Amino acid sequence: MRQAVAWTRFDERGVSGVTPFLQMSGISKRFGGTQALRAVDLTAESGEVHAIVGENGAGKSTLSRILTGAVQSDAGQIRLGGEPQAITSPLRGQQLGIRMVAQHANLVPNLSVTENVLLGAMPAGRFGLWIDWQSAHDRVGQILERIGFEGIDVRQPVAQLSAAQRQVVEIAKAVAVKPKILIMDEPSAVLAQEDLTKLFALIRRLREENVLIFYISHRLDELYVIADRVTVLKDGALVGTVDPRHIRRDELIRLMVGRPLQDIFPHRDSKPGRELLSLHGLGRAGSFKNVSLSVAEGEIVGLYGLVGSGRTEVARCVFGADRPETGEIRVMGRPLRPRSPRDALRAGVAMLTEDRIGDGLVLPLSVRDNVSLASFPAMSRGGMLDRRRQSALVGAKVRELDVRPPDIEQLVGKLSGGNQQKVVLAKWLLTDARVLLLDEPTRGVDIAAKKEIYATIADLAARGMGILLISSELPEILGMCDRTLVMREGRLVGAFTRAEATEEKILSSAAGAAEASHAD
Amino acid sequence: MQTEGSAGRLGRWWFAGGEPRLSALDLSLIAGFLALLLAGAWFAEAFFTERNMSNLMRQVVANGLISLGMLLVILTGGIDLSVGSVVALGGVLFAGITDQLGIGPALAVAIAAGGAAGLVNGVVIARFKLQSFIITLATMGIVRGVVYLYTEVPLSPSHSGFRDLGATLIGLVPLSMIIMLGCYALVWFYLNRTPAGRATVAIGGNEETVRLAGVSVQRTVVAAYMLSGALSALSGAILVSRLGIAQPSLGIAYELDAIAACVIGGAALGGGAGSVGGTLFGVFTLGVINNLLNLVGVKSFYQDIVKGAVIILAVLLVATKRGNK
Repeated sequence: MRQAVAWTRFDERGVSGVTPFLQMSGISKRFGGTQALRAVDLTAESGEVHAIVGENGAGKSTLSRILTGAVQSDAGQIRLGGEPQAITSPLRGQQLGIRMVAQHANLVPNLSVTENVLLGAMPAGRFGLWIDWQSAHDRVGQILERIGFEGIDVRQPVAQLSAAQRQVVEIAKAVAVKPKILIMDEPSAVLAQEDLTKLFALIRRLREENVLIFYISHRLDELYVIADRVTVLKDGALVGTVDPRHIRRDELIRLMVGRPLQDIFPHRDSKPGRELLSLHGLGRAGSFKNVSLSVAEGEIVGLYGLVGSGRTEVARCVFGADRPETGEIRVMGRPLRPRSPRDALRAGVAMLTEDRIGDGLVLPLSVRDNVSLASFPAMSRGGMLDRRRQSALVGAKVRELDVRPPDIEQLVGKLSGGNQQKVVLAKWLLTDARVLLLDEPTRGVDIAAKKEIYATIADLAARGMGILLISSELPEILGMCDRTLVMREGRLVGAFTRAEATEEKILSSAAGAAEASHAD
Repeated sequence: MQTEGSAGRLGRWWFAGGEPRLSALDLSLIAGFLALLLAGAWFAEAFFTERNMSNLMRQVVANGLISLGMLLVILTGGIDLSVGSVVALGGVLFAGITDQLGIGPALAVAIAAGGAAGLVNGVVIARFKLQSFIITLATMGIVRGVVYLYTEVPLSPSHSGFRDLGATLIGLVPLSMIIMLGCYALVWFYLNRTPAGRATVAIGGNEETVRLAGVSVQRTVVAAYMLSGALSALSGAILVSRLGIAQPSLGIAYELDAIAACVIGGAALGGGAGSVGGTLFGVFTLGVINNLLNLVGVKSFYQDIVKGAVIILAVLLVATKRGNK
């Protein structure tokens, strides 16, 4: 490859002559019909933060799973400190000091934080007959404190924690015993800025303690903050390893995607029309208070806030998934009191939820079924589905959003994250909603798919839809929104027009002006 | 996609929607079933006789109808343990009122009673979000009690047409088998071609997604339990008509064979997988095993052991094949 020559010179450690700590050579893996990895050669050193980037399906997760022993490679060799190792099981991986923080927290929901962190290694009391709960709780409290995330009640069942807190427990579990290699798969996906700052502090500390950290992320900005080296994977093959100090963001994207990407965000000329959605003093105990906002025809309004700031809860109330206790919702001037999502949909409000696996899709069913789910009345007559009409409606949306493959009988469980998200979007677009609530619409989606989703959102706004965009990603908020509202601790604390909005202003507003801080 | 052959298209059309396409798993299950038939021909001379084939078809109808209802409930992620008692309810009601009302109305009343039992199950489970296992375990006892309140002695009506439903043969094929296959066709249509049916399948896959899509989860789940009750009552009516007598103790432990048939046919307890075709296949597999062991003259408790072993084998096969995908 032409570019490859140019970067090898930044790969200083690899040419130092000393045996690298980790050497993976010729790693290949095939799953059924897909070649997930093609002869990947990768070396990494103790005490470095080694980022792995690539689009969804590039082989990042497979590579990490091979390293942890969760799956076995078809070919290739792994050397640790020069010694060949066969990592035949996750247990073997753990014995070698390899731990992974999985993307979807791998926790037992009904057990306490303590039990989850110490699973299988609970301290025994006298005679080893019972669990010494006090010292177990103490130990986990200390671990949380050590990694900088105190403030989680260790006695609480994991099911009661927020997504961000669960991610913290997952991290605590991985570093309870100091690992030699720590793999973090999208650890920041559920963390807002404040927690991210703590995470980076933890990663730096581990690096100083000579841990090798593999950091997998879709958020390229983070790599520039935290990574020492970046390895790019594409279609299961290694494109190269680069020094982030010497490569621009757009170059990195080009390497990942394989073609130059223009500006990811579409150009928009917004001319907001009449008001579609308005909230007046909406409140729900324990979630948010006195929220008033409006979204007009053709307008994209951003709603930013840290995890737990109440932004999702506001949207859920508008959509009828939860019920507000005070205040009023108006859609096109008419009051709406949704008792269920069905009421909201009838009034023309649809919501794309943040957890597409948990409540956006029915994985074992086809694209056809998933897209149809909210629009059965429009495609049936006398209680029977009009299959032809259904195919036409679903097919049109699938083509419009460019779901790949464009096969409506495909099971959604087999689609990539980006295409799954397009299926969810297609479902809501088919309902003829006028107001679209989008909660983290591009979470866990690769750049190419992100760009398409942004284009779709812009297009919908251009066609007169009103869009409320909830996001943890500042570039997304800044790149897409006509206005941005900021929530903190259940209240609206800031409002910025497109011209006013900057990263610093939004962040300090969300974190509270006094403790305004940056990720670095 | 261009690469797909016409056979793939056909399979896709035929099994469109929640129905799985013919896979290696299906083929190996079918191979197992054919092997069973061959074993039948080999070990029991009487197996492939016209008389026995008619008999076999008549015997599988009872479990066939119950399993079909059970499938609907399992697809929603639930289970219906009350089916055996509802079989008895349908049976004794049908036998008890045939003399006064005539065959047709008596059958309608029996089916309606079964549907009502299902309605109770469904409403309690869906409205109050309770576990189907517990609720249907309770109604299993309640319905059985109601049956005994209705009659403590076996009923045997004198109506001349009472035995028609279960005993009539059309050529070699029993009338009851035709009714059963008709029900299978209707339920297949329901599950694959109606919004309510698609919602039934989707609920087992992810209930919250369905709720957020504005579909009434409650109504869909209640419908599944009602259909289960109605089909079980119909099964009971056909059963007493075949036997010529309605025992209040009819149908005890029938839920086991029904669950087994669904599972052999690829249904997953907890929802999200299962098909009408697979269940039909499971029903016939169990039926052939029962029939064969009877013909060979194996004692009934050996039959239970063999049946149990076959269920474990089938589930094992399904699990390993799925895992390999």
